[in-house]
Amino acid sequence: MLEIKNLHAEAAGKKILKGLNLTLRKGEVHAIMGPNGSGKSTLAQVLAGRDAYEITAGSITYLGQDLLDLEPEERAREGVFLAFQYPVEIPGVNSTYFLKAALNELRKHRGLPELDAIDFLQLVKEKMKILELPQSLLNRPVNEGFSGGEKKRNEIFQMAVLEPRLAVLDETDSGLDIDALRIVAEGVNKLKGPENAQLVITHYQRLLDYIVPDFVHVLYDGKIIRTGDKSLALDLEERGYDWLLEAYEKNGRRAESVPA
Amino acid sequence: MEMSTIAPILSETKADPFVLSYETLEKSVDASSPPWVRALRHSGNAHFEEVGFPDTSHEEWRFTNVGPISRLNAHAPRAEDLIAATPESISPYLFKSLASTTLVFVNGVLDLALSCLTGLTKGVEVVDLPTAIRQELPWVAAHLGRYARVDENAFVALNGSMIENGVAIRIPANVKVEAPVFILFLSTSQADGATVHSRILIVAGHHSEARVVESHAGLADSAYFSNSVAELVLEEGAKLEHCRLQFERTTAFHVATVQAHQARSSNLTTHSISLGARLARINVTPVLDAEGCECTMNGLYVAEGDQLVDHHTTIHHAKPNCNSHEFYHGILDGKAQGVFNGKIFVRPDAQRTDAKQTNRNLLLSDEATINTKPQLEIFADDVKCTHGATVGQLQDEAIFYLRARGIGLEAARRMLVHAFASSILNRITIDEVRTYLDDQMFDLFERPPA
Repeated sequence: MLEIKNLHAEAAGKKILKGLNLTLRKGEVHAIMGPNGSGKSTLAQVLAGRDAYEITAGSITYLGQDLLDLEPEERAREGVFLAFQYPVEIPGVNSTYFLKAALNELRKHRGLPELDAIDFLQLVKEKMKILELPQSLLNRPVNEGFSGGEKKRNEIFQMAVLEPRLAVLDETDSGLDIDALRIVAEGVNKLKGPENAQLVITHYQRLLDYIVPDFVHVLYDGKIIRTGDKSLALDLEERGYDWLLEAYEKNGRRAESVPA
Repeated sequence: MEMSTIAPILSETKADPFVLSYETLEKSVDASSPPWVRALRHSGNAHFEEVGFPDTSHEEWRFTNVGPISRLNAHAPRAEDLIAATPESISPYLFKSLASTTLVFVNGVLDLALSCLTGLTKGVEVVDLPTAIRQELPWVAAHLGRYARVDENAFVALNGSMIENGVAIRIPANVKVEAPVFILFLSTSQADGATVHSRILIVAGHHSEARVVESHAGLADSAYFSNSVAELVLEEGAKLEHCRLQFERTTAFHVATVQAHQARSSNLTTHSISLGARLARINVTPVLDAEGCECTMNGLYVAEGDQLVDHHTTIHHAKPNCNSHEFYHGILDGKAQGVFNGKIFVRPDAQRTDAKQTNRNLLLSDEATINTKPQLEIFADDVKCTHGATVGQLQDEAIFYLRARGIGLEAARRMLVHAFASSILNRITIDEVRTYLDDQMFDLFERPPA
């Protein structure tokens, strides 16, 4: 579904991704972990099409297409969804209006009829229940005045409405208390299916208690330096990153090739 | 030989059409007017003759050249030039779902057939100015021309010199008026230079509550001129929301002054929404003349093409413990020019003043310009004053967020421009007006090209 090869990206002249390789197949959940500054959020933003990053080498193939060739909105319409680490507040844009416009763009792209206000509202009400969000949020401007937790849940709520094929969750767990974390994770798990894939970027193992990954990757120095199964996350939780990073440095800053 | 060169100049001076209009008015109605009205006209005319139209060397008019107004062949609208105002032709400027009081002034004159005077709360007086003058209503005599002083500027002076048409509204003490009062000033002359000086006086009695909407529009694409003055008087504890909508034709000239006077613990909200006119200049000047006043001033200006839109706001904090909040947004496209000048005066007495001012501008083209200037003059020491002005384009993060959800670049931009306007419109509490304006913004910014 997604194949990233030798990806190099930089921002304002600073090299951030330095030869990243990653393959996601349908139905899989991958977790990306790594210390601060390793390039996790850059990867998420690059996948969504943020033009603040320049791709200097490598390729990303998504469902047979060159993803880097697509505009951000084309990626979204093709089923790529980024749950933002810091959702943007957009004063004056009503949440319902925004989400209905987004959903109808996706439906148009897929040759489906646009939803009218009544059908849309019904759909939205169901999805809000999953995320335990108050319906009043719909009448407010997008993310404006939302608490940190509400913003994160709102991202997953949007994901539930838009039903992406590839969901990238950028530190969706940060700033959530344990109850909110459980709600968000349940929401994400409900959206898992044989035809889609999820890339979960996180700092902490605790999210992976709820969203169980098929693979765990450690991102450091702009590349994946270790890949394992969910037990790798538990290892990292227990021992920290230092042992891995030391091994990486000793190895002459070359990623250990661990077959997926 | 010398005489012959001087003579034409003299006659040219005498022939200033604005002064001529005054002389015509003086001959026709002035003799029958009460002395206080005549005094107002005379002092207005004397002041106008003394100062004349300002030019751009005048600090208050640096960016707004009113030369084209001064060169108009100014005249009172003539019957033969008028387009008929009918329920159909005025309907775009009315708020359909409303059943409340609506006054329609066509070329300055109240049109009873187009107006609706039902639904007025008991005790509220709404009187057209000729009637108020004829009846010498004491509350009109006590207030008219007392706040918007003829020495304020040439346009207030002109308006004063020509005072005749408009409306006076009085809300009795302790009365809460639920339904808003709508006033539409419509120009319909097809002749360049057709000029109307309209006047509004609102006296909100103590602890009364009311909302008044004042719209200005035109039916003909001519260089007509609308020069309006509104005086808002808030007695102790009164609460007034004044919503001013400017939808003039883009061939027209529009100059306005809103002058407010606030007594103790009164609460004023003004909105100035300016969408039309080739040149619009709007002065909003509240005086917080007693303790405990609240004043909120909202503004939205949208201009494109060769339009010029200029807001000058001046808030006088004269007494302690008053708060003022000011939010003005501008959206400028094409070669449009915007001007925002926000003055805050805090007089020595006015301790514990809290004044906030924000002016944000979106420039949608490289040729659009804005001159924005805060002007704080603070003579008290225990004061909180903040101001901020921004000029810029749309926020990249917000555009990306919308695009990342599947909304196209152009649609995302339009949505954000609309939102920028809505954040001011959402401050209007009158649902019909807010919805109406929001629809207009949708048409302007979001409706896909047919």
